[in-house]
Amino acid sequence: MAASVPPVTIRGKALIAGVYEHPGRELPDRTLPQIHADVAAGALADAGLTLADVDAYYSAGDAPGFGALSMVEYLGLDCSYIDDTETGGSAYLVHAQHAAAAIAAGHVNVALITLAGKPRTGGAGPGGSARFSSAPEASFENQFGMSVSGGYALAAARHMHEFGTTSEQLAEVKVAASTHAQHNPHAFLQDVVTVDEVVSSPMISDPLHRLDCCVITDGGGALVLVSEAVAASLDRHCTPVLGTGTSIKHTSGGRIDLTHTGATRSGPLAFAEAGVTPADIDYVSIYDSFTITVLMTLEDLGFCAKGDGGRFVSDGALQSPGGVLPFNTDGGGLCNNHPANRGGMTKVVEAVRQLRGEAHAAVQVPDCELALAHGTGGSLATRMGSATLVLGRST
Amino acid sequence: MSDLGPSGLPVPPPNPNLETQRFWDATAEGRLELPRCDSCGHVVWYPRERCDQCGSTSVTWFEASGRGTVYSCTVTRRIPGSWRAAAPFVLAYVELDEGPRVVTNIVGCDPETVHIGQAVQVVFDPTPDGPALLRFTPA
Repeated sequence: MAASVPPVTIRGKALIAGVYEHPGRELPDRTLPQIHADVAAGALADAGLTLADVDAYYSAGDAPGFGALSMVEYLGLDCSYIDDTETGGSAYLVHAQHAAAAIAAGHVNVALITLAGKPRTGGAGPGGSARFSSAPEASFENQFGMSVSGGYALAAARHMHEFGTTSEQLAEVKVAASTHAQHNPHAFLQDVVTVDEVVSSPMISDPLHRLDCCVITDGGGALVLVSEAVAASLDRHCTPVLGTGTSIKHTSGGRIDLTHTGATRSGPLAFAEAGVTPADIDYVSIYDSFTITVLMTLEDLGFCAKGDGGRFVSDGALQSPGGVLPFNTDGGGLCNNHPANRGGMTKVVEAVRQLRGEAHAAVQVPDCELALAHGTGGSLATRMGSATLVLGRST
Repeated sequence: MSDLGPSGLPVPPPNPNLETQRFWDATAEGRLELPRCDSCGHVVWYPRERCDQCGSTSVTWFEASGRGTVYSCTVTRRIPGSWRAAAPFVLAYVELDEGPRVVTNIVGCDPETVHIGQAVQVVFDPTPDGPALLRFTPA
């Protein structure tokens, strides 16, 4: 084997110039393509760019029809680079990684990533069902009443069994999210809740209560990533992508360990590329499909030891301001928004707001210089796509 | 809701293919057959004609014991769609004595009594098409 050559780093070569989160949570009167177009326009306007500037487009399984083929036509784009990578709710962080690499390689100048969906008013998303029923694993998982919450409950139950994690500790995650959501006028749930209210809400699938689960909302979001040269031409303060990591964790031929996530690999990759450690991070956006998702991800990213997540999140550790690791200051998927049942996009959007100093004043992290955004797509109970981004202070 | 099996839970028919037909045919006859890698001995789950550990495409099917222990479990109390009327029911991972951890249901007992580490034994819950679903009951 030839001597290995150090990889070309993407550190700082791509910058997030525009972000947008659709303010709507129920959109019965908009089509899916319209919502994709709405959020594209929002993020491009935020960056000070137009559709004509876009030369790369990224979409995932929420895009109708033939994905990028259909959406590039609908939006009227002229793209020389496209990517339909599908890892569920984490896909948009994977797209950001791919866009940053393409920008670093000189293939792309302006990359547009969009997400849109109507699970609240429009039923299930496009496509998917035929694709999932033909999956090789389908008949060995789908015949047993495996709901999304049931699958995550299996992970939570095993984590409790091995590490002594409690329902009250899981509830702390929701409490922190709700204290942030009270300041977000667009949040689907704006009421602050207590640990008691979480653990006394109806049991969905033991040990997960209704308030351990994320919201179901319509909406969407978009990101615009640009090269250093484009960033220099914009009035907007742009947010550099410092580190990226992706991994797929699966059932390993029937030997699944339910107590960890793909963050055990995506996190170290992103930290190494950025040249930072968990202790350096000022703010985190952590995918919060359920409270257990956050707790396990924090452990796997190295913010605490494996099994210590329950103790770590207690006593307001995740609350902003004042907590040791402020998280999801928009209210996250647990309270604010989970458009298309895919929460990765809004994780990046809120991290950029924090780094720009544009989060709500009540939850803005003082002197926020380094942020981490993490997505988890698929299921903790079977196979998941995990993606981590480390982002730097806007310049 | 689709038809219910002897367990009282829905029995949606599986979708056998060329790689899994043997597995499903065995369940119709009340046997649990699994593929074992001829190269490294790994027992592969879900069933397929390749080893995910070493890449070998040579496997030999054998009859497994049907015994296992509960690796994780949850009582699902609220669920949309065709399973709504079946709740509460136990969704679980059972670790077979041969190694694989399989998604299943624990049946034939009070859902509230099922716990991690519990010894269980396979029961074959027939679907209308003939193949049976692997479910488990306390041993």
